Amino acid sequence: MTDAKTASSFEEGLKGASEKVAEFHEEKSQLKRLQHWLHQTPSAVPMIVLMVALLVFGVLAENFFKAGTLSVILQQIAIVGILGCAQTIVILTAGIDLSVGAIAVFSSVLMGQATFRYGVPAEIAIVIGLILGTAMGAVNGLLIAKMKLPPFIATLGTWQILLAANFIFSANETIRSSDIAATAPALQFWGGSIQPGGIKILYAVFLMIALVAIMSYVLRSTAWGRHVYATGDDPQAAELAGVPTGKVLIQVYALAGFFCAVAGWVMIGRFGSVSPTASTGQLGNIQSITAVVIGGISLFGGRGSIVGMFFGALIVGVFEMGLRLVGTDPQWTFFLIGVLIIFAVAVDQWIRKVAS
Amino acid sequence: MEPLLKGTNLVKRYGKVTALDHCDFDLYPGEILAVIGDNGAGKSTLIKAISGAVIPDEGEIMLEGKPIRFSTPIEARAAGIETVYQTLAMSPALSIADNMFMGRELRAPGLMGSVFRKLDRPRMEKFAREKLNELGLMTIQNINQAVETLSGGQRQGVAVARAAAFGSKVVILDEPTAALGVKESRRVLELIRDVRSRGIPIILISHNMPHVFEVADRIHIHRLGKRLCVIKPGDYSMSDAVAFMTGAKLPEGVAEPA
Repeated sequence: MTDAKTASSFEEGLKGASEKVAEFHEEKSQLKRLQHWLHQTPSAVPMIVLMVALLVFGVLAENFFKAGTLSVILQQIAIVGILGCAQTIVILTAGIDLSVGAIAVFSSVLMGQATFRYGVPAEIAIVIGLILGTAMGAVNGLLIAKMKLPPFIATLGTWQILLAANFIFSANETIRSSDIAATAPALQFWGGSIQPGGIKILYAVFLMIALVAIMSYVLRSTAWGRHVYATGDDPQAAELAGVPTGKVLIQVYALAGFFCAVAGWVMIGRFGSVSPTASTGQLGNIQSITAVVIGGISLFGGRGSIVGMFFGALIVGVFEMGLRLVGTDPQWTFFLIGVLIIFAVAVDQWIRKVAS
Repeated sequence: MEPLLKGTNLVKRYGKVTALDHCDFDLYPGEILAVIGDNGAGKSTLIKAISGAVIPDEGEIMLEGKPIRFSTPIEARAAGIETVYQTLAMSPALSIADNMFMGRELRAPGLMGSVFRKLDRPRMEKFAREKLNELGLMTIQNINQAVETLSGGQRQGVAVARAAAFGSKVVILDEPTAALGVKESRRVLELIRDVRSRGIPIILISHNMPHVFEVADRIHIHRLGKRLCVIKPGDYSMSDAVAFMTGAKLPEGVAEPA
């Protein structure tokens, strides 16, 4: 064996050179520092936007800062917030789920029809709905992880299939609110509320906040959560590092299906009735994607936090309520949300440049 | 002496391309074995077959005399074979500590760990910091900074530290110095010797002849999907080795495969 110390003669030139290896003393401008801070705190942007929106509407609309107004905003975003939990975990894996709304509506119809058509006790009907919703999500996961279909296409397909199946199965039949209240009140559980000091807060709001808190913990502090991020960040690298990315994907879509089914249950509480034509079936996906994107979660996967999605959903709710109180044309809501979406994605692109 | 890791008759085909053509492979305990070969000779496939990233179509791999058949890199790692891939296999947006423990995270003690699956962040960070310090390769202030904010050399260092920390039987390094500067390469070569001095054999895939001839105990020359010969760096010159691997010259007693 050659003597290690004298092996490469050209390295003689290193003698007397500084022993330091690649140290960096970058002159950081304020802007660079901001970029780095945002890179580490992805939910900061939506939080700032939310604060500004609250301030602006607080000044413009005099009854905005009433507890009643704020509780209505939370009530309005409960379903989108829960669908957003589903959408968040999917988008963190660099996927997208267009079928969230369809799974929610179909699950609510399954819960209702199991009770009213087949006479299953409401509690068991709910469990059946939750299981079937999870199964629908798992099918998405299998199509994406096993058949390697692009998530956009796979869920575009299942969205249409599930929505159509929902209409066929229910025969377009709505179950009336009064019937549910009389025979299966468990279906409407999340529509119940507590009223401290006369301010109504739905159970659904607590459920949404609890889900966001739980998922925030799971994503940040468990190995599974880290695997979700790694799968979205760089799937090949994650696979080589020992993450079973296929399994993670299936679990993520199945869990998303479960959250959608929960949202379906909440819908019965919010609307009172079970309706296969609920607008969530068509709009749920766009609304949840909007909350996720405004919440600073990268569509390229692996970046962002679920708390950001919560802020994103709140921003949408605050804009809708604030603009209504100010008395503008409701189209301004959509106009401004469109601006926010583009702003959020532009900021994401800028933050991701930190790497290069 | 018996080889620690032995491959016989390994075959891997990708459609019509035969990447591994009845290839043999031996790694002895405590040695640094360099694997060299021209582009497309099948070095990467050989390494992937050993590290579980590719399942060979035919042939047998024995670790410590027992046949092994890995279907995933996780199984190879569980058996004590760690690989540093050329792509490094790190998640850029995640922290150094997260990356070091990817796929083998530590859970907190007690109820928080067993029921709530909470990660033991303090322990993971302490371990990661220790391993990086042992290596002395870099001056990282924050173990929680994202890997994408590190320089190329620092990233390589983290990847090597990860393999050295967990590899109990074999450490495989795929082009560990290709992306590094002179000084950083030197540190990595020193680290390679450190790992060997702990008794762990190393497989080093490299195009850098000075580095190969400096640290390797034996050199496996790969050509056209199989092992052409194994030489000792003292017996041949670098230009001989290059001539063998490109087919310009044949080592004694070896016939050019048809």
